[in-house]
Amino acid sequence: MKETINVGFIGNPNCGKTTLFNAFTGANLKVANWPGVTVEKKEGKAVFEGQDFKLIDLPGIYSLSSYTMEETVSRECIMSDEVDIIVDVIDASCLERNLYLTLQLIELGKPVVLALNMMDIVEERGMEIDLHRLPEMLGVPAIPVSARKKTGLSILMHAVAHHSQYAKQGPFIHHHTGKSSLHKHNHHEEFAMVYEDYIEDKIDVIMGKLAEKYPDIPNQRWHAIKLLEIDKQVTENHPLDLQDIVDRSYEKDIINQKYDFIEEVIDEILVNKSAKEESTDKIDGLLTHRWFGLPIFLGIMALVFFLTFTIGDWLKGYFEIALEQISGLASGGLTALRVSPMLRSLIVDGIISGVGGILTFLPNIFILFLALALLEDSGYMARVAFVMDDIMSRLGLSGRAFLPLLIGFGCSVPAIMASRALEHPKDRFKTILVTPFMSCSARLPIYVLFSSMFFGKYAMIVCYSMYLLGIAVAITTAYILSKIDGSKAKHALLIELPEYKSPNARTIFIYVWEKIKDYLTKAGTVIFVASVIMWALLNFGPGGYVTDISQSFGSLAGKALVPLFRPAGLGYWQIIVALIAGIAAKEVVVSSCSVLFGIRNITTAGGMNAMVATLGSIGFGAANAYALMVFCLLYVPCTAAIATIHRELKSWKQTIGILFFQILTAWGMSVIVYQIGLLF
Amino acid sequence: MTLKQGKNHLTYRVESINIELQLERRLEALGLTEGSLITVLNNDKKGSLTAKFRGARFALGRRIADRITVTEVQQS
Repeated sequence: MKETINVGFIGNPNCGKTTLFNAFTGANLKVANWPGVTVEKKEGKAVFEGQDFKLIDLPGIYSLSSYTMEETVSRECIMSDEVDIIVDVIDASCLERNLYLTLQLIELGKPVVLALNMMDIVEERGMEIDLHRLPEMLGVPAIPVSARKKTGLSILMHAVAHHSQYAKQGPFIHHHTGKSSLHKHNHHEEFAMVYEDYIEDKIDVIMGKLAEKYPDIPNQRWHAIKLLEIDKQVTENHPLDLQDIVDRSYEKDIINQKYDFIEEVIDEILVNKSAKEESTDKIDGLLTHRWFGLPIFLGIMALVFFLTFTIGDWLKGYFEIALEQISGLASGGLTALRVSPMLRSLIVDGIISGVGGILTFLPNIFILFLALALLEDSGYMARVAFVMDDIMSRLGLSGRAFLPLLIGFGCSVPAIMASRALEHPKDRFKTILVTPFMSCSARLPIYVLFSSMFFGKYAMIVCYSMYLLGIAVAITTAYILSKIDGSKAKHALLIELPEYKSPNARTIFIYVWEKIKDYLTKAGTVIFVASVIMWALLNFGPGGYVTDISQSFGSLAGKALVPLFRPAGLGYWQIIVALIAGIAAKEVVVSSCSVLFGIRNITTAGGMNAMVATLGSIGFGAANAYALMVFCLLYVPCTAAIATIHRELKSWKQTIGILFFQILTAWGMSVIVYQIGLLF
Repeated sequence: MTLKQGKNHLTYRVESINIELQLERRLEALGLTEGSLITVLNNDKKGSLTAKFRGARFALGRRIADRITVTEVQQS
């Protein structure tokens, strides 16, 4: 017996493959990328009856041709020694299309075991699958499983262990009514998928030539079929002179004949095919309705939003109290231990307030992703793309991009993470670029403070105008970008609308946990470093450690930047330092202002009056305040968001490009706003 | 006629798909080949529509729906 059996899990998108994979491995995954591409690779381990298994979760694909990154990656992995046996996960409620990949996998020649998932949905619809006839026709074991209810899992592993050793396919029992073959070989005894005679004749000839030139290739039939399809990779790796045989690409014939065979299979194995009117169609009648679809979606999103920022903020309050106590305890403890004031300041003001401040957002992130996971797992998210497609495509964005933009009003970090749902890298880049323009909740304290200080009873309107300006800038940017690259890559929506189903707790838990883990890792790494750097900038000067911020490197940098910010009405070093500090987190702009101008309790009425007086004495008025708000709205997002942008794009070049663009936009807009403001 | 001109709940046979190769391949892999059947589900909007083929539902953008020519299949 082989020590470890390497099992490749493969299947169509939305077939429940990941749920099944998780059921075997739990959340203990090794997640990496396939070498050279940005497709995620997950690996896990499992033990069954003393046998070790290494499970590989291959990307969800519809076909094994080599047109997309995912397909190429999967095909190469399966053909390599990395996989001993394939588990083809099939959505049994959608057999017809799932079997297409199955036929391709069987043709590849490695042992295949079918895992028939979602059998419960098949039963709910009053259909039945003849589980004896299916293996007879395809020549591979078919095991009914339920990833959600965790049934059939041991039998599947048993079949895998067994079948990986005895992979010789048995004789096939076909009837093929009305099809008499003049072909000299009767392949129906050897292969599940047999093509029409004119194709089989060509396959035989090509196989003969292959055997001559490349005697070592393991699966010559598969290579012959691929050569007949003029598959790019195979024709490059194993060139053959086939001019008279492959006079054109036979790919379409091969696809059609596979689907014809699938129809034959379905006819024989699916009992009660025309079941009652499906509930999905009824739900879709409402959720994708011409008029109701959009309001329903906006309503659902409003609810998600409401929950995120009511329950989230309520929990956040407790986090903040805990944080204050921890920082108080740490400060007291460190003083008692006679730690030097510098180290104490680093730990309390730098690390605890920096990293801790980010951690207080955890409840919001948790609630938001919990809600999104529910919507995703139920099958609703795909409908959103359809509902929003018309509006978004006018902006040159995919329908799915609406979601990240909306989440952006809450927090850019999960919003940028949500852009992962977009298929095309261009769409993702555009969405990630404009998402931070949607005014996140952390910027609100800045608007509230400055608008109530300078605009009195119009404060609300001024605050609101920030949100509108953010949307306008985001839309304009997206529109201009789509005009620039629009001509070549025109957007075309093509997305499967899966069956609605009740969400599964385990899937949702794993989804949410992965996001939270991402966020925590970031708080522990990037934000930790950034907090330390910010602290150092504000506490060190040319003369070493300083307690007076005006002597620090930060203030020197601020002073140096004054001429640059003067046209925007922001030519005050304190303001610039506050803005630099705001890169750590936007709320910091407010707290930094209070520190830099030496005003306590800045959010109280007395504090605000003192602040207005101080600012007034240096010539900072309403126009400056508005320009400051505009700058805060548009300039680089916080460290957490920057780290997320980099994590998602996996490119420093693009990340820095985005930051540069945002600073430029912020500067330009605040200059315009300030210069116009001066006219009044 | 094009798929975009199709009526809700009627089934059509695909005559031809005139779209860039990449997209045509994706449609083929999903089973939408020349000669296959497609049932329009919701074509009320100006832009994208939903349709069912090879046992699964899909949302298809206007650009795709405009470039698939179909003929109506007489329901028996």
